[in-house]
Formats: sequence, structure tokens, C-alpha cells
Amino acid sequence: MSHLIVLPVILPAFTAVLMLLAFRNDRDRQRRVALVSTLALAATAVWLLVRAADGPQAYLVGNWPAPFGIVLVLDRLSALMLVLTAGVGLAALLYSITGWDGRGRHFHVLFQFQLLGTNGAFLTGDVFNLFVFFEVMLIASYGLVLHGGGAWRLKAGFQYVAINLVASTLFLFAVGLIYGVTGTLNMADLAVKVGQLGVGDHALLRTGALLLFTVFAVKCALVPLHWWLPATYSAAPAPAVALFAILSKVGAYSIIRVHTLVFSEDVAGVSSTLTTLLFPAAAITLVVGAIGVLASRSMLGLASYSIIGSMGTLLIGVAGLDPRQLSAALYYLVHSTLIGAALFLLVDVIAASRGRIADRIARGRISHARVLGGLYLITAVAAVGLPPLSGFVGKIAILDSFRGGSVTVVAWSIILATSLLLLVGYARAGSTLFWMPAPSQIGRADARTFPATSVAVIAGLLLSTAVLSVFGGSVLALTAATVDEILTPASYIQAVGPALTQPGP
Amino acid sequence: MELLVASAIGMLTAVGVYLVLRRRTLPVTIGLSFLSYAVNLFLFSMGRLAIDQPPIISPERMLYTDPLPQALVLTAIVISFGMTALIVVVALRGYLATGSDDAAIRATDAVRDFGGGPGRPVT
Repeated sequence: MSHLIVLPVILPAFTAVLMLLAFRNDRDRQRRVALVSTLALAATAVWLLVRAADGPQAYLVGNWPAPFGIVLVLDRLSALMLVLTAGVGLAALLYSITGWDGRGRHFHVLFQFQLLGTNGAFLTGDVFNLFVFFEVMLIASYGLVLHGGGAWRLKAGFQYVAINLVASTLFLFAVGLIYGVTGTLNMADLAVKVGQLGVGDHALLRTGALLLFTVFAVKCALVPLHWWLPATYSAAPAPAVALFAILSKVGAYSIIRVHTLVFSEDVAGVSSTLTTLLFPAAAITLVVGAIGVLASRSMLGLASYSIIGSMGTLLIGVAGLDPRQLSAALYYLVHSTLIGAALFLLVDVIAASRGRIADRIARGRISHARVLGGLYLITAVAAVGLPPLSGFVGKIAILDSFRGGSVTVVAWSIILATSLLLLVGYARAGSTLFWMPAPSQIGRADARTFPATSVAVIAGLLLSTAVLSVFGGSVLALTAATVDEILTPASYIQAVGPALTQPGP
Repeated sequence: MELLVASAIGMLTAVGVYLVLRRRTLPVTIGLSFLSYAVNLFLFSMGRLAIDQPPIISPERMLYTDPLPQALVLTAIVISFGMTALIVVVALRGYLATGSDDAAIRATDAVRDFGGGPGRPVT
């Protein structure tokens, strides 16, 4: 049992508390400590990904045996998500150092708590701890949404907090129902117990399970639960939103984890109901996202709706629990997280260099047009899914995985048609921003210096999508191995507690 | 007693849902509190309704009540308490910043800062 498994949870916790207690007013030192801590986190995550190739490993906190104590489980899927979190976290942190962290108090502390909650949600092997880590993550994200203040953030923040409190209440109802019928909340134990339930308990289990998936759907911004996302993501500070790119993926991760581990065998019809509901919902999410991109009148709206659209594409692959589709969806998940973060950071830089018209998609003068236009072109190419960047590889992999299935025609036509809509939307926004001559002196921030650090961070994120595309084969092999592992829950259950597989007395 | 507990949870949930659907921030906040009361009671009852039983197995008494839901409720109460405090502060600050307790975002609210640098202070 490697103690490194618990490090992604305790490292941000100690860093945050250290910053809060030791130098809460010394921003320079906070920046340095946060950077060192996040780099260490990234190194740990990469090491854990290497170690995860040996199969699932459990970490029993306090060394209590499995269904009684708190358990953290490392497998390929959680390790992949940890690496992604650390990568996006590092980019967001570097971007925040350009000045965003100074617009309010405790940015770095909240940032580390957000990393703590996200990492915990990926590692935990227990439904109630998943709730607790969700809450840690959300509490930190409330602080980050409000960072910088202003009427807009307060109003959007209120809506965001309210919708998430309702979702948390639903989560607790689901947890209560599932505990009430099975008597356990440990996911590996649940996977065993769920199969042994009498038919009389199936209705309650089904209600609990579907409520749980509703909560995850809120986190993923699945239509019709998507409307909180544009309001929140538009109002929150750019580096926070870059980190939130991973927040919506936590919902997708939870759907994949709980579906494959606990409900893969269609007990009480949970899996078949979920598959039937998730596919059309994901398809509509993608269509709504694409139409939103096309209809947006601001760059922030465009970026928000493209996040919604990418969640739709991702969940289309997740819906069927088919190994090839899931593997392609995981590749797309990595891609869409990186590009989502890059997109919001780029919108922030573009809006800052356009003065008063900021992020509106309207004619206006813009500073540093060449560099920003080039970055926008690359970002759009990746986000829409044109070759040669990773969006193309991801979409091709998803399209290919649907070949020969029962929903091929629907999936292909929706993905291809929405790609066209996205392309038109991005092209329209880009040509308005960079090519239309400005009618007057509207716009252009006065004498701004070239935002070198911000541009470097965005270029780094775009470079990582290029790397993801060049090494597409290896990454897809990794996601395929991940999917093989999660679709055989026996090894996961065995890792958590060998005693669990035997039927109880 | 089952009927009493079940209808109490139902009532609290109904009141909570109604208030959460209001447009002003104060009713929404109170509605969220009602929802959290309802869910706490619900979690409690998921350990089965047992009266006057200790939450521990002891040789003297054969019957016991499940301690785990009580631990879950304790965690849920702490979290919902903190969240209620937070949302009250957010609602109050929003009211002070805009002069209205409307939960909707108006076009005039959407004035903000972009890019790096210290930025200008926003009120």
C-alpha cells in the first residue's frame, strides 16, 4: 500500500492551511508556495499514473478494513483525472499570477482547496465521501466565483450557490435511499450488495440511483440542467473558470465510475434506464451547445456554450457503456478540458485588449491582433474538431466507435451537423473580432503592454492539445486500457477488500 | 409514527421547493434551509425508526439503532449550516451592491474587468 495515494488530497490541504496561517497577506510568498505545491502535485499525479498500470490499489485511511473505514482507490481512470487536474491547475495558477490573484483576498488558498476537493472526488471509493469532496470543491468554487467582487459576480454567485445547494440536497436524498436499501455506501461493497438485493427493494434502489445520476447531470451541465453554466462561467474570474473546466468533468467522471462499478449489471433496470435517458439528453446537450455558440453575442457566451457542447459530445460516448465508445470519450474528455481552459483564458486576454467593448462580438479595435488572432485560430480549430489538433482525433475516435452500432446514424449526424454549426459560430466570431474594420475609435485598451505570460500559458495549453494529437495512438491505447479496467469491476472490488466478494453471513 | 415522519419530510420538502422557486433571494435562502431540514430528517429515518435504543451493540440490550445515518446527518448538518451562512452573505452583498434582492442578473450588473494586472476596483 503506497502512501503516495493520499498525497493529492493532503498536499493541497496543508498548502492552503499554511498559506492561510503563515502568510495570509504576503502575496509573493503565496504565489511561490502555491506554484511549488502544484508542481509537486503534478509530479505526484504523473507518478501515480505510472503506478496505476499495475491495477487498482486501495488506500485504507486509518487502516480500517474496507466497508467500515474511509477508502481511497487509485486506478487508471482516477490517475488520469488527477494528471489532468494538476495540468489544468498549473495553467490556471500561472495565469492567475498575472494579476487576477490580487483582486480579492485568499485566491491561492481557495484555489488549493478546490484542487483538494477535485482530487478527493477522483480518488474516493465511497459515495458519502464523494458527497463530502463535492462539497469541499464547491465551497472553494463559490469563493473563486466571487473573487474580485462586483454586482455581476454576486448575482451569478448566488444562483450558482443556490443550484448547487439544491443538487447537494438531492445527493443526500440519493445517498439516504441507497444506504436505506443496501446498508453500505462503500462503492466496491455496493457493487457486491446491489446484486444480492431482493426484488422488493429494487424500486427504492432505482429511485436512489437515478437521483444520484441527476445530481451528476447537474454537475455536467446536461440539458435541461445546463442553464447555470453560462451565467456562472461568464461572471467568474478567468483563472477560476480555467480550473472549472475540470469541475464539469467531475460530474462525467462520477457518472462513469458509479455506472461501471455499481450498476453495470443492470440491477433494478438502473443501467438500461440510464443508457436510454443519457444518450438523447447528451445529444440534445450537444445541439443546445452548438446553437448557443452560433447565437452568442459575447465571447464569454460562446466559450460557455462550447463547454456545454463538449460535455454533450463526451456524454454521447459515455451513454452506451461500450468499451470503444468509452475509450474515445475519455480521450475527448482530456482534450475538452485542456481546450476549455485555453478558450476561457484566451477570451479574457482578448476582452482585455479591446477596451470598453470587451468580450462583445462586435466590430472594434484590438491590440496585439496578430498574436491573439493566431491563438484564436488554433483554439477554434481544436475546439471545433478540425485536423490536425486533438479535437479532430477525439471526434474521429468517437465517430469510429459508433460504427456498426444501433445508433450510428443518429450519433454521426448529430456530431457532424453540430461540428458544422460550431465551425460557423467560431468563424463568425473570429472574423468579426479580427477582420472587420472598426467603425470609429471604439475599443482598444489604452497602451496595454503585451500580455506575455498570459499568452505563454495559453500557448502551453494549445501545445498540450497538439501533443495529445501527435501521440493520439498512445493516449488512445491508455484510455482503452483504462476502459478495460473499469469495465471489469472485480479487480477494483478485490483491491478495496478481498472480504467483500464473499456473500455476507 | 411512520406516517408522522413521512408527512413531515414531505411537507418540509414541499415548502422548500416552493420557496426555492421564488425569484427573490431571501425566500430562496429560507427554502434551501427547509430542504436541508427535510433531507436531514430523511437521512435519519433511513437507519429505520427506532425509539429509545442506543446507537451501539451492547450485551444488555439486544436492540440498537443504526449509528451510521446519525454520523451522516451530523456531517450534512455541518455542511448545510456553513452553506446557509455563505448564501446569506452572498445574498446580502448582492442586495447592497445592486439595491435589489432580485435573484435575476440584469444587464446593468454585467460590468466587469478583464485581463491580468491589478485591474480597477469593482464595486
